[in-house]
Amino acid sequence: MRYIEEFQDPRLAQRLLEEIHRTVTRPWALMEVCGGQTHTIIRHGIDQLLPDSVELIHGPGCPVCVTPLEMIDKALAIASRPEVIFCSFGDMLRVPGTDRDLFQVRSEGGDVRVVYSPLDALHVARENPDRQVVFFGIGFETTAPPNAMTVHQAHRLGIRNFSLLVSHVRVPPAIEAIMRSTECRVQGFLAAGHVCSVMGTEEYPRLSERHQVPIVVTGFEPLDILEGVRRTVLQLERGEHHVDNAYPRAVRPEGNAAAKAMLADVFEVTDRSWRGIGTIPDSGWRLSARYRDYDAEHRFPVADLRTTEPADCRSGEVLQGLITPHQCAAFGNTCTPRNPLGATMVSSEGACAAYYLYRRLGDGAEKQEANSVV
Amino acid sequence: MCLAVPGKVLEIEERDGTRMASVDFGGVVKEVCLEYLPDLCVGEYTIVHVGFALQRLDEDSARQTLELFTQLGLLEEEFGDPWEQAARQDREVPR
Ligand code: SF4
Repeated sequence: MRYIEEFQDPRLAQRLLEEIHRTVTRPWALMEVCGGQTHTIIRHGIDQLLPDSVELIHGPGCPVCVTPLEMIDKALAIASRPEVIFCSFGDMLRVPGTDRDLFQVRSEGGDVRVVYSPLDALHVARENPDRQVVFFGIGFETTAPPNAMTVHQAHRLGIRNFSLLVSHVRVPPAIEAIMRSTECRVQGFLAAGHVCSVMGTEEYPRLSERHQVPIVVTGFEPLDILEGVRRTVLQLERGEHHVDNAYPRAVRPEGNAAAKAMLADVFEVTDRSWRGIGTIPDSGWRLSARYRDYDAEHRFPVADLRTTEPADCRSGEVLQGLITPHQCAAFGNTCTPRNPLGATMVSSEGACAAYYLYRRLGDGAEKQEANSVV
Repeated sequence: MCLAVPGKVLEIEERDGTRMASVDFGGVVKEVCLEYLPDLCVGEYTIVHVGFALQRLDEDSARQTLELFTQLGLLEEEFGDPWEQAARQDREVPR
C-alpha cells in the first residue's frame, strides 16, 4: 500500500462514475471546499466525467488565494525593512500586493527567503541572532499546527528574534458564511479531508443540521473525490443530510488531540477578512496573549497602510463560486501565473491557476487537455 | 503549499528535544517533525504537511475503501434486471 496510486485506479474510477450516473436523477450543486481538491478535479477532468446534472462549485479553500490584500501589504512592508529576514512558503512570492510582490521586494534588496517548513525559519533565526526573522504564517487548520509548534519551540528555546505574521483561517465559519449568503446555490459539501485529519469532524454535525446540508469528508486522489461526490448525491437523492466520512484512512472523528491542544494554547479565535469575500466572524486565529510577543504585527509598525484591489480582477466572485475563471475577461490575457492580477492565479490550488494549467483553451478543446482518469 | 502528502517513515531520532523523522515521498526524502504523532513507527505511512506529520494512514480502512469500490455495481450485475442491462450495454457500444 502506498496510498496514492491505489486511489487513482482508472477501472475503479469507472465503477464509481457508473454508480454516480445510476444514482443521480436531478440536478445538484456541490462545493469542494479545498483548493487541493479543485486541483485534482480540474487536472483529471473529473467535473467533465460526472453527469451534466452534477455541478461542482469551487470553494474558497486555497490559503494563498484568501489571504487578504492588507496582509500581503503588511508582509511587503515588513520584508522591506533592512533588519528583517522574511521567510515564506514559495507560493506567496508572486501574490500581488497593492503595488508589488515579494519577488520585487527581493530584487530591491530585501532579504526574502523561501522555506519548506516553519521550523526552517526558526533555524534561520538561530543562525542569525543579530537579525529579526519573520515567518509569514498563512493557511488553514493544516498549516496552523506546524506554525503553532514553531512559536512554542521559539518560546521554549528562548529564540527572541523570531516572530510570526499571522493570517490563519478556519474552514467551518467559511462554510457557515457560504450557506448564509443569499446567492448560495450549494446543496452539499465535500469537506476538506486534511483539515479534518487535524480537527476531526465534531464541528460539522451542527452545520449540517442547521443548514440541512450533507457534509462528506473527502480526500484528494481522484477516487476519493468521486467517492465524496457519490456519497453526497446519495444523501441528496434520499432527502437526507448528515456528516459522513469518505476518507477514513486519514480522518478519525476526534482528529489529532495533540495538535488541537497546541492550537488552543498558542492561538485564539478572531474575526478574519478573506480576500474577495470580506470579514467572516470567528473565522481565523491570532496569537494568544501569552505569545503576543511573537506577533510580527506587534513588533513592527504596519497599521496605516493604504490598499487597493485591482479593478479588473473578479477573484472574489471566483472564490464564492459565482463565476468560473473563464468568465473573467482578464483570464489568460492580462492575467497569467507569471503576471497574476489576483491571488487565485498564483497558487496551483487557486481556481484561476488550475484552469490556466489544464483548461486554458476554453470549452471545445477542454477534454483533450484534461489528464483524464478513465 | 496547501497540499499534504503521504510518506513513509524511514528513520526516527530525537533532536533538540524534538522528535524528528526522515520520511520518503516516492524517492524524495525530507525531515519531518513527529511532535504531533509521537507514537508513529518506522515503516508506517503518515500525512505530512509543511514538515509536520499530522495523521497516520490506516492500512485497514484504506483496504476496506478500495474493496467497497471494487464491489460497486457488482450486486446490480448479479441481481439487476437483465433486459435493462442488455439495453444499457447496447447504448454503451462505441459509436
Ligand atoms: S483570471 Fe486573474 S483577473 Fe480574472 S479573476 Fe482570476 S485572478 Fe482575477
